[in-house]
Amino acid sequence: MSTSAETESDWVIRGASLTGGDPADITISGGLITAVGPAGTASQGRARVLDATGLIALPGLVDLHTHLREPGREDAETVATGTAAAALGGYTAVHAMANTDPVADTAGVVEQVWRLGQQAGRCDVWPVGAVTTGLGGTALAELGAMADSAARVRLFSDDGQCVADARLMRRALEYVKAFDGVVAQHAQEPRLTEGAQVNEGEISARLGLTGWPAVAEEAIIARDCLLAAHVGSALHVCHVSTAGSVEILRWAKAKGWRVTAEVTPHHLLLTDELATGYDPVFKVNPPLRTAADVAALREGLADGTIDCVATDHAPHPAEAKQTEWGEAAFGMTGLETALRVVQQAMVDTGLLDWAGVADRMSLRPAVIGRLRDRGPGAADTRQGGPVAVGYPANLVLYDPAPGLPVDTGTHASRSRNSPYAGMKLPGQVIATFLRGTPTVLAGRLVR
Amino acid sequence: MNRHLISAADLSLDDAVAILDTAEELARLAERPIPKLPTLRGRTVVNLFYEDSTRTRISFEAAAKRLSADVINFSAKGSSVAKGESLKDTALTLQAMGADAVVIRHGGSGAPYQLTNWIAGSVVNAGDGTHEHPTQALLDAFTMRRRLGRLDGLRVAIVGDILHSRVARSNVWLLHTLGASVVLVAPPTLLPVAVGAWPCSVSYDLSAVLPQCDVVMMLRVQNERMTDAYFPSVREYSRRYGLDDERMGLLPAHAIVMHPGPMNRGVEITADVADSPRSTIVEQVTNGVSVRMAVLYLLLGGTEAR
Amino acid sequence: MPDDVPETGRRPAGKQVLGPEEIRRALTRIGHEILERTEGAADVVLLGIPTRGVPLARRLARRLTETEGVSIPVGSLDITLYRDDLRLRPARTLGHTEVPPAGIDGRIVVLVDDVLFSGRTVRAALDALGDLGRPRAVQLAVLVDRGHRELPIRPDYVGKNLPTATREEVRVRLTEVDGEDSVTLVAGGQAAR
Repeated sequence: MSTSAETESDWVIRGASLTGGDPADITISGGLITAVGPAGTASQGRARVLDATGLIALPGLVDLHTHLREPGREDAETVATGTAAAALGGYTAVHAMANTDPVADTAGVVEQVWRLGQQAGRCDVWPVGAVTTGLGGTALAELGAMADSAARVRLFSDDGQCVADARLMRRALEYVKAFDGVVAQHAQEPRLTEGAQVNEGEISARLGLTGWPAVAEEAIIARDCLLAAHVGSALHVCHVSTAGSVEILRWAKAKGWRVTAEVTPHHLLLTDELATGYDPVFKVNPPLRTAADVAALREGLADGTIDCVATDHAPHPAEAKQTEWGEAAFGMTGLETALRVVQQAMVDTGLLDWAGVADRMSLRPAVIGRLRDRGPGAADTRQGGPVAVGYPANLVLYDPAPGLPVDTGTHASRSRNSPYAGMKLPGQVIATFLRGTPTVLAGRLVR
Repeated sequence: MNRHLISAADLSLDDAVAILDTAEELARLAERPIPKLPTLRGRTVVNLFYEDSTRTRISFEAAAKRLSADVINFSAKGSSVAKGESLKDTALTLQAMGADAVVIRHGGSGAPYQLTNWIAGSVVNAGDGTHEHPTQALLDAFTMRRRLGRLDGLRVAIVGDILHSRVARSNVWLLHTLGASVVLVAPPTLLPVAVGAWPCSVSYDLSAVLPQCDVVMMLRVQNERMTDAYFPSVREYSRRYGLDDERMGLLPAHAIVMHPGPMNRGVEITADVADSPRSTIVEQVTNGVSVRMAVLYLLLGGTEAR
Repeated sequence: MPDDVPETGRRPAGKQVLGPEEIRRALTRIGHEILERTEGAADVVLLGIPTRGVPLARRLARRLTETEGVSIPVGSLDITLYRDDLRLRPARTLGHTEVPPAGIDGRIVVLVDDVLFSGRTVRAALDALGDLGRPRAVQLAVLVDRGHRELPIRPDYVGKNLPTATREEVRVRLTEVDGEDSVTLVAGGQAAR
């Protein structure tokens, strides 16, 4: 992709703990990992050296669920700013959701987004195609054309809207089998969530905000699991948020059905109690749930019922959030804080080790996004690791030690709607490499 | 007491009693030849109304004027608000104009709470969405205390659309604080699913509840509920949850009937019940002014806690 | 009236200037003076200013009934809502205003308070009275006049003239409110406000 001088550089990364294991030296040449050996053994030659003592090396993170907002809402985010945010968060690939303006429901729009990602160069951008035309929920979009386009779309989603019509959902699940596609469902029964603002429960009752019941998510997940099983297709469930959803997924997986699921960092850490201040920075869809839901989601992610973490990075301009709760936009930024939140929620709690983090934030999403076999082409765009000889040098070097408050002033995202602003979180991304090229060094964007 | 009055849930027992006692004194002053007091001279109270509610606005306006405050009425209709000005910008405008208190009525739950972030003066919630209406609950409690002589141990039934009622929410919290026991009576569709967490009990059977009540408070059934499958028909609702003469006969002799208004005569309450001597509906309006005077006095009558 | 917040409990440290007997005698003398000045107190209404003016007014009325056999209407007049220093302190709870049933129109109202200091309380009381009706005359009775007037106001009846320094405080305690009768002069700075 980018051909700056740095692409040509070789690197030796010294003393990084490989997915939390023993310190190792990693040698990078020509965009690939060419050697991995015990610390202090790599020869430097003419390569640049990065001292990674005390840092953890993980394969570059892959996000299945990013809203880059371009085209249409460049005031909130662009492909350039969104991929910069991704790089700062340790990501080397993101899937750009289809709810742009115009909607990414044709080969033309997905190719446009894909090309913008190529130009930005900070991380791979794989567009998600809309399932239905204009996200309207009534007619299938040209899924095959998007699959055959330069963007090679495999993930299809109406995210933001649920494909509520059972017959249309069945058809979509069936149709994408022709090109190994997967339908990612935003599970939200629309009639049960009209005007919904916060999780339905004690908090919604007290605050007088219309409730978003867990059943509205769980009913769709149950239905879609049954549909996917019936037609033998792959279903991916976006942003699972309730304990009941985890139960249904556990049951579906036990049956051996081709069902995968993601959870967002915010649903692993935050609860609906935060809505009591009526600050719309905590307004998100699906809504923040209860502490019991958070516990079940963590457990589900730890035991593999939930396959991966996906950010649902949803940038919004200030005016969309500095308003009445009912008027405010749903969504939170997340790319730049995801790994830190996962450390706090999963690693520091002992639920997941760093190898587990690599699996849930890099390998699994790459598998679900069909990014394991995207090479060789002009470039080897395989993602998901491992950090091993012969694989593309997609890496993140992460320091788990610091525990600093989140400063949105340092964020590359064009928007500031982070629910973690001012909150102390562990860790810091020190460096990110995309195919051997550093996109982040010393915690700052390169270039 | 806090600098703002956003939620009845925020009031301690001492706060609530201080408001009711102050209102009691102020109600007596209202009977004098000159009911106006100089207390809030030079203070500015803004009535910021995003929803039409003539009765509440007039009540606050009368309260502020009797305390000699300057009153500015800011109605969302026909103003910059209708042209898309945000709540934040409106707040900053009022702040720049030197509002000492903003009385806000808003269709969105939590809007008064958010306003406190942008305004240096006091914010008084005059009803926000389906959240709270604390001065209504205070005037209801005031009315009960005047009629029945106490609040501690009173048994109060609140009947109707609890789910969407800010009056019911404020009353549940306030009456609980004041030691009354509340039973909510409604069809299950019009109760919050988490109502079990509230400090009150729940019944689906109005006739069974009435003989144990000192107070029955009937809530208005909004027109939009009638077409959204909360209940099969207005007629069935009235039959099961309306208060007519016959049902009123189930109440103990001393019990009173309340309604926050405006009433749907013939739906939740029949005309003969509304006009009966047990009904406090007109008193509630009168008491509203005294209670709102008390709130404005206690929020504005002392040091600015800035 | 420096102490509108009831001071119950501890007796203040300081110099006692009046004891129970002296307070009793002072009220008796004021009662006599009221009779003299109002020609038998026929039209008099006593209005005590809360907190301690109210029991003083009641005692005066009782004394007049006991000694002279005249029955004098007593009430109370809360001036909180008329104060000019509301913004200097947190909002105060209101005292009770109770006007005798016959009203004050055409009557001689004698305002009764414990201590006369700056005169601002009396100024507020005159304003409050104006909103209640139109008395024929208004007079002022105080247990202690400590000087330092800031307004053109002077008492008609005084129990004791007490020269004080501005920083000193006069603490009046009455059985009805505080459990004992005493007037104490507290040095400045000692006063727990």
